[in-house]
Amino acid sequence: MSLIEILPRVRSLRLPRADGLAQWIVPLAILVVWQAACATGWVPARVLPAPSDVALAGWKLLLSGELARNIWVSFWRAGIGFVIGGGIGFAFGLANGLSQLSNKLTDTSLQMVRNIPHLALIPLVILWFGIDESAKLFLVALGVFFPIYINTLHGIRTVDPQLIEMGRIYSMSDGELFRRVIFPGALPSIFVGIRFALGIMWLTLIVAETIAASSGLGYMAMQAREFMQIDVVVLSILIYALLGKLADSASRVLERLTLSWHPAFQKQ
Amino acid sequence: MQEALQFLSPDAEPVDRADFIEQARLLRRGSETSSRGLPLTIRALRKSFGDNEVLRGIDLHIPAGQFVAIVGRSGCGKSTLLRLIAGLETIDAGTIGFGEDARPEDIRVMFQEPRLLPWARVLSNVEVGLGRQRASADAQARAERALGEVGLDDKRAQWPAVLSGGQKQRVALARALVSHPRVLAFDEPLGALDALTRISMQRLLERVWRDQAFTAILVTHDVAEAVALADRVLVIEDGRIAHDVSVDIPRPRRRGSAGLAALEGSILRDLLSSGEDASDQ
Repeated sequence: MSLIEILPRVRSLRLPRADGLAQWIVPLAILVVWQAACATGWVPARVLPAPSDVALAGWKLLLSGELARNIWVSFWRAGIGFVIGGGIGFAFGLANGLSQLSNKLTDTSLQMVRNIPHLALIPLVILWFGIDESAKLFLVALGVFFPIYINTLHGIRTVDPQLIEMGRIYSMSDGELFRRVIFPGALPSIFVGIRFALGIMWLTLIVAETIAASSGLGYMAMQAREFMQIDVVVLSILIYALLGKLADSASRVLERLTLSWHPAFQKQ
Repeated sequence: MQEALQFLSPDAEPVDRADFIEQARLLRRGSETSSRGLPLTIRALRKSFGDNEVLRGIDLHIPAGQFVAIVGRSGCGKSTLLRLIAGLETIDAGTIGFGEDARPEDIRVMFQEPRLLPWARVLSNVEVGLGRQRASADAQARAERALGEVGLDDKRAQWPAVLSGGQKQRVALARALVSHPRVLAFDEPLGALDALTRISMQRLLERVWRDQAFTAILVTHDVAEAVALADRVLVIEDGRIAHDVSVDIPRPRRRGSAGLAALEGSILRDLLSSGEDASDQ
């Protein structure tokens, strides 16, 4: 009790416990049913390979080094694209949230661009960049930009004006006001943007890699389709699910660390 | 007096503190010569919001260290007057003077909402009150002392979200007190609290005022609160000071005593008789 009061940060560093196991019950049950359905021949292997076959295919690819290489390439593209698009979105969100002038100049244009589905740009992007790395990075960055921009802007706009007035009364400089009042106040909303953006990041990358790539998970799946390796196709899809979950968990841990003051993250 | 003595903690500048109390006692006798508090002089003060003229010429002198309560119906301009004194609004016409050059940290405001930073622990929230002296080496010690003055030593490492409404308001009071202001303006600071918490907060306000001898300006809609705490009650109607009532009842005042009740009754009658037509509450 007293230790927790003195060191409340320790509590926030701990990862989720009992509920961490409960959330895996349903995925595991699906695996078991799936394996049983394949083993009894109810589902033909041509339609859906058994999980054990998928695991075997994964093991082979892992030994050859192909799996690790493709995962790494996809991971790298996703990460770099996210940093670029997220960084620019965050910068515009800050600028437009803090400056009326910047908002007047750019917000309307950004809202127009936002309404174009970014995947519709794929033909244009291929013409511009070919099937180069930059094509994938561009698409991921574009997809990630908007959720982060909009949520950063919204977060800054909705910071309690009474707190800002309080900061001014206590002679906070502009920098201090931003650091101590505006940014922490906008942070919960920024995290909503990050989690949206992570979903869009994977979606964009998969589509881009499926259509125009010579490496990566999407490419691996398309190659496997050519050679009718359905187990590898299923493997790629499962890996996407795992990577998506991983990214979401990472953002949750980050949220827990930075928002430990928030009533939603305080377990008494 | 007993209360005030009890309140002294050994590590909290005992010499100065005793001095403050002495000064506060002098002030209550009407002396203005030397004091911790700043006197306040307002002349022909006017303020409009659009076409709505909220203050129509306020003339007022508050001696240093006096505890003044401002009462009135909602919309009478009492909160605007307080925001002008605190420098939160611009003056349309007239002047507000503090006798000498007041630094920003000499004048502090406490609002109905505690306005604590939810992402800063209680102690950091109090440190915010130091203004530009936040970076000084003794900032933390001063914040701890201010927390002690409001009786929340044990909450310094908590997040504001886990505190009760009364505790949050006490943290806000500590934040306002930490820079040792010479004028402290209260904008209905107890309006959102339950009846029992209100009474203990009123005692706390009176205690710190006696202890630190700042000039206190309390805007409230509760006439009982005004007569219990203040040396003087101003009734504002239609943007002007309609009544200026001095409360000559010795402290400590007993809540519900005949003297207080009579005074409260007469101020309430003033308020009601003048604004029979105003039916906004």
